[in-house]
Amino acid sequence: MTLIATPLARTLMMASAFIALSACSKKAPEELPPAPVETARPAETAPVATTPTGPVKGSQEDFLASVAADKIYFDTDKYDVDAQDQDVLRSQAQWLAANPAAKVTVEGHADERGTRDYNLALGERRANAAKNYLASLGVDPARITTISYGKERPAALGSDEAAWAQNRRAVTVTVQ
Amino acid sequence: MIRFASFLTLVLLAFAAPAAAQLSVDVTDDSGSASLKIAVPALPTSQSVSTPAGTTDELGVKIAQVIADDLRNSGLFAPTGPEGTRTIAMTEVMAPNYPSWGGYEALVQGFVRSAGGESDITVGCYLYDIALTTELDRKGYVVAPRDWRRAAHKCADAIYARLSGESPFFDSRIAYIAESGSKERRVKRLAIMDSDGANHRFITNGQAIALSPRFSPDYGSLLYVSYVQDRVRIFVYDIGTGKQRLVTESTNPTFAPRWSPDGRSILFSMAIAGNTDIYRVPAGGGVPVRLTSSPGIDVGGSYSPDGSKIVFESDRSGSQQIYVMNADGSGQQRISHGGGRYATPEWSPRGDLIAFTKMAGDFNIAVMTPDGGNERVLTRGWQDEAPTWSPNGRVLQFFRTSQGSSGVAQVWQVDLTGVNERRIPTPLSGSDPAWGPLLP
Repeated sequence: MTLIATPLARTLMMASAFIALSACSKKAPEELPPAPVETARPAETAPVATTPTGPVKGSQEDFLASVAADKIYFDTDKYDVDAQDQDVLRSQAQWLAANPAAKVTVEGHADERGTRDYNLALGERRANAAKNYLASLGVDPARITTISYGKERPAALGSDEAAWAQNRRAVTVTVQ
Repeated sequence: MIRFASFLTLVLLAFAAPAAAQLSVDVTDDSGSASLKIAVPALPTSQSVSTPAGTTDELGVKIAQVIADDLRNSGLFAPTGPEGTRTIAMTEVMAPNYPSWGGYEALVQGFVRSAGGESDITVGCYLYDIALTTELDRKGYVVAPRDWRRAAHKCADAIYARLSGESPFFDSRIAYIAESGSKERRVKRLAIMDSDGANHRFITNGQAIALSPRFSPDYGSLLYVSYVQDRVRIFVYDIGTGKQRLVTESTNPTFAPRWSPDGRSILFSMAIAGNTDIYRVPAGGGVPVRLTSSPGIDVGGSYSPDGSKIVFESDRSGSQQIYVMNADGSGQQRISHGGGRYATPEWSPRGDLIAFTKMAGDFNIAVMTPDGGNERVLTRGWQDEAPTWSPNGRVLQFFRTSQGSSGVAQVWQVDLTGVNERRIPTPLSGSDPAWGPLLP
C-alpha cells in the first residue's frame, strides 16, 4: 500500500489514528473496550506518516511488515509450538531484538468447540507457549504480556474445521 | 431493587389432612403427558383500589396469569389461566363452587387486597381438590405492590410443592450474560432477571466483555469475570450499592468464580505462567489457598450442598474429565468414565446428581450421580453448554449456541425427564445462566 497522502486520505488517516489511540487509552473511567488490536490495520495504528516511504520503526505496521507472521496456530486442545511456529516466533524475536524499546502482548485464542472456562485456560496456555519460546530466544519476558480470549474473539466465523483451525491461535501484537 | 425484607409469609391455616389427598404430580414421569388439569381464575378483590403496579382488579388477573404460566412451564400441569376461566366472586374464594369446575382436577383461587397507594398488598392463595371437594392448602403473602410477581411465584411454588412433593423453585432469580453484535466482536453484558425472564436488568454496559456470573447465596452480590482494562479478572459486584471490587489482587488472570453454599468462600481459577489451578479465598478477601496442583488445566468447581466436597474439571488425564475432591483439596478422584469429554460440572442443591456438559460430537447437557454412575443425556442441541440447577434440583437451565457465522446463543431450560424443554425469553441473546437459590 502507499502512504502518499492526499489531503482527504491524510484526514482519514489522522481520524483513524485518533480512534486507535482512544481505544488504547488506559484512562477511561469505568470499563474499557477489550483489546482491539487484532483487528487494527496498519494504517490505523500508524501515526500520521512523517515519511511516505515506509512504516515507523517499532510500530505495529513495522512489526507486521518485518515478521514472517504475527500469529501461530495450534491443533485441537494442544498448545505445543511446532517447527513452523518456531520460524514465525524467531522472526518476531529478531524484530524485538532490533526494537529494544518495543513491548508486545500475546493473545491466546481457542475455537468455539470447547466450554468457556476451559477455553480461557487453553488460551492462557497457548499465549504462554508463544511467550516462553520468545523468551527462550532471548527476549526479556518483562517485555511480553499475555491475555487469553478463550473462544470470545474468533477470527473466522464458520462452524467447520477450517474456521476452527484459524481460531486456535496465538497472536503477537505490539503495545503502543 | 426489590425490598426482600418486606416480604412476609402468613400461614393462615394448617394443611388439610394429607391422608385425604389423592391428587399429585410426578416429577419423574417422562411420558410427557403428566399434566394435571388445574384452573386458575383471576383473583378477585373486595374493593378495587389503585396501587403503583395497577389496580387490585388488574393485579388479580396478572397474578393468576403468572401462576398459570409457572405451573405450565414446570411441565407437570395443564393450567387454564384467567383468560379461559370464568370470573369468580370474593364469596367463592373460600367456598368453591365445585360442580362448576367439573372439567378440572384442581382449582387455585385467591384474592388481592390493598389499602391503596404504596401500602403493601395481601394476596391469598387457595388450592382445592375438585374430585374430593377438599381444600389442600392455603397461603397468604404480603408484598409491596411492585413485588406482585413474587406473590404469584410464591403461590405457584406452594401449589407445585403440595402436588409434587418437591421443594419449590419459581421464586428465584437468574444471572446471565446478555449477548448482542457480530460473532467476532460480540458485546457481552452482565444481566439479571427472575426465573421466568421477568424483571430484567442490565448490570454492565458492554464496553468490556463480561463472563460467567454467579449470584451470592443471599442475592446481595454477583461474582463475574470482566475484561475491563484488557485483563481477565473476577469482580464482586454489590447489587445494593453498585460498587465492585476484585476477588483477589493478582497480576495473573482469574476466572470461573463460584460461591461456597454458605457464601463465606469463593472458588476461582487462576493461570500462572499458563498453568490453571483452582483456589479458594474468603469472600471478604484474604490469602488464596491453592486446592489443585496438577500440571494440567484444573478449572471451575462446584460445592456439594453441605460444603464438604467440590466437583471440578481437569484435563490431567489428557482430555477434559470430571473429578471430585474434598473441600480442602485432598482426595482428588476422577468420576467420569463414559467416553468423550466432560466439562462444567455443577452439583445439584439436592446433592443427588451432578449436571455437566458432555462433549462427544455434539455438546449436550447430562447428569450423573456423584460417584459417576447412571449417566443420562437430557438435551440434543449442536452445542448445549454449562447447566445450572434450579433451587430444588429438578430443573436445569443452560445455553444453546447455533452453528455458523451468526453463532447465536440462547438460554434454555429442561427438566430432569429431558422432555420439557423451552427457551427462556430474554431481550437479547443470552449465555452463561446461573440460577440462584430460593429467594429469602
